[in-house]
Amino acid sequence: MRPVRTSVVTAAAAVAALTAVTGCADKSDAKAGGADGSVQVTATDSACKLSKTDFPAGHVKFDIENKGSKVTEVYLLFPDDRIVAERENIGPGLKQQLTAEVKAGSYEVACKPGMKGDGIRQKVTITGGTAVKRNPQLDAAVAEYRKYAQEQADETLPKVKVFTDAVRAGDVDAAKKAFAPSRLGWERTEPVAESFGDIDPKTDTREDGLEKGQKWTGWHRLEKSLWVDGKIGDDEKALATELDKDLTDWQKRVGTAEITPTSMANGAKELLDEVATGKITGEEDRYSHTDLSDFKGNVEGAQKAYELLKPVAAKNDAALTTELDKQFASLNTLLDKYRTDKTSYDFTSYDKVSDGDRKQLSDAVNALAEPLSKLAAAVAK
Amino acid sequence: MSDTTDATGTGRSPSRRALLGWGGAGLALGAAAAGGTVAVVKGGGSDAVPAADTGAAVPFHGDHQAGIATAVQDRLHFASFDVTTKDRAELVQLLKDWTVAAAAMTEGKTVGEGAYGGLAEAPPDDTGEALGLRPCRLTLTFGVGPSLFAKDRFGLEGKRPEALVDIEQFPGDNLEPGRSGGDLCVQACADDPQVAVHAIRNLARIGMGKVAIRWSQLGFGKTSSTTPDAQTPRNMMGFKDGTRNVSGTDTKALDDHVWVGAKDGSAWMTGGSYLVARRIRMHIETWDRTSLQEQEDVFGRDKGEGAPVGKAKERDEPFLKAMKPTAHVRLAHPDSNDGVRILRRGYSFTDGTDGLGRLDAGLFFLAYQRDVRKGFLPLQRSLARHDALNEYIQHVGSAIFAVPPGVRDKGDWWGRGLFG
Repeated sequence: MRPVRTSVVTAAAAVAALTAVTGCADKSDAKAGGADGSVQVTATDSACKLSKTDFPAGHVKFDIENKGSKVTEVYLLFPDDRIVAERENIGPGLKQQLTAEVKAGSYEVACKPGMKGDGIRQKVTITGGTAVKRNPQLDAAVAEYRKYAQEQADETLPKVKVFTDAVRAGDVDAAKKAFAPSRLGWERTEPVAESFGDIDPKTDTREDGLEKGQKWTGWHRLEKSLWVDGKIGDDEKALATELDKDLTDWQKRVGTAEITPTSMANGAKELLDEVATGKITGEEDRYSHTDLSDFKGNVEGAQKAYELLKPVAAKNDAALTTELDKQFASLNTLLDKYRTDKTSYDFTSYDKVSDGDRKQLSDAVNALAEPLSKLAAAVAK
Repeated sequence: MSDTTDATGTGRSPSRRALLGWGGAGLALGAAAAGGTVAVVKGGGSDAVPAADTGAAVPFHGDHQAGIATAVQDRLHFASFDVTTKDRAELVQLLKDWTVAAAAMTEGKTVGEGAYGGLAEAPPDDTGEALGLRPCRLTLTFGVGPSLFAKDRFGLEGKRPEALVDIEQFPGDNLEPGRSGGDLCVQACADDPQVAVHAIRNLARIGMGKVAIRWSQLGFGKTSSTTPDAQTPRNMMGFKDGTRNVSGTDTKALDDHVWVGAKDGSAWMTGGSYLVARRIRMHIETWDRTSLQEQEDVFGRDKGEGAPVGKAKERDEPFLKAMKPTAHVRLAHPDSNDGVRILRRGYSFTDGTDGLGRLDAGLFFLAYQRDVRKGFLPLQRSLARHDALNEYIQHVGSAIFAVPPGVRDKGDWWGRGLFG
């Protein structure tokens, strides 16, 4: 899991990223108003004035000017406060631009003088227009990936219940056994879960990732009780029920995630980044040492996104897909060394993996993640 | 390296007491020399324009690789790589890709399509931290280690030069595998640390999936000079080091002692050189608690001017017999080693502190020579056994590389002679 703040940015970045790419290819789309189609935003310390609040779907460009005395930031938000796009750190007197690709619907624009609080808001309506035309193969890939994310959530809930039932029954051994399997589906589709911003901090935060005043809940809190304390109390039983609830929320919302071909590609890379920063070091599952199971889940999720995008990517950059096929295969072969057979998710405890072997895993992750970071470009060409 | 050398050794050293008890003759001489030269040192002029300020580019193509005889730059990032691919063609392609990137970076250009301006959602080709910086005399020097020639790897076993020996374990060595060896190396030297780090970082990135960094070392202050006319730099012990090192302009000395000749065997190495890299940790705290007299006795030079025992000026011909038998300069001098000379271009390093609060600092020793068997090895055998300096240093990393001749032109690439 990554810190809360990053999760929010991830969602925004995915949308903004797509905008940038399609924006280059499709400049004529930017016809949302004004002579050049842009919306003028005049921000002051007490007001957030828009030249129009009604514009057509597609690429929306905001020309922002901060006429106030404080540093400000401007957000385009979904009705539930998720971020569509944002521009931070706009100093007094400065002009900045913000572009986003937006579908028809109701949104809010917020200016935040002093970069604090909910900001000065106003509703905007985006109507009709034409969304950016996309390769139907990529639309199919997104649809398929959305299905996959939903399946993973659907399959995960019963496995989570095995885990939380064991916790509620006070059965430490059974709970320990069910811990890693309960995380697999989540680990496979983590960037999607993280894009909601509010679920991940409740379910997958590590102790050192807590913000001041934040209550520690979720998998890793229970992991510590099971492996370090070796006992289950009333708190833990209540937390197990909370985990069920939060993950049910995930299961319900997963279908509404904003997914684009490039966010899929970059999501795949992010899964490898999770491995490179959290799992290689053994920080993720520091009490249970089940890192390799999470590791495998991340790789499988990345591979799924890649396989779906591959037909398009191969057409644009065949050398890249050849390399990715090779590196996925070699990382999987290496991981197989740490389990009894290719169907088992029962991996060697990570504290038994030597420094030399960790270095080898790290090298293999880098060997895959580096070309994988080029997938978004290959898809967007 | 005609008289001092920092080819420092480890191993059984004479005890401190033995040194102190050796007598006062050297003490008196040393003091006199130091006293007479303080003014000279203080007024010691620096070079007219610091090279870093010119930001110039060093030509990448030539008969020899740049970064050996090239006037030593201020900063170092040295990296040793393991080759992780088993595919010879893939390794060859990487060396070609590396050569293109290296040539661009030494000209102060970015790698590939640059650091910005490309697709917004794809990572840029160049990492970007050297944007706006001049070439800063960046040199990238490439070498191959003995392990690359192992049987059943790339079919190179027949091409391993005899001079590319496996370095023996010397008495007192405490070598860490994680700081030793490697299939390939790249030495990046520049007058700006960011330029050197940028170069290694980008090469490592290009290499991912084919090679992996095994270890690397940053260096910040050159400890020897290939421009003997310029002021001699000091090492972390505060002593001038590298007086009368092989000069980068002394063609004869370079041909005699540094460049591999056509008759030396292994034709692909003609015009190349052999590099020994040693990470030499200094026991800084105990050194700093050592009396000036002992410090000077250990080196065989005075601390102020750098003059050999009994002499007034740094470049005065040393009288070895005036030094203690265990003095570093005396043991390392060509006259004590059948005329052996090596070209040193080592750097000081400070990697913060160790877990015990001691400065993790010392000398990252780099020495180029025509034949290691006649250069570093005999020298180090002698130093490891007798050098008084061993009480204050320990060798913790070691590697050897065959450094091929220069990349001739744009069609040429690192390792072509070996793989071609």
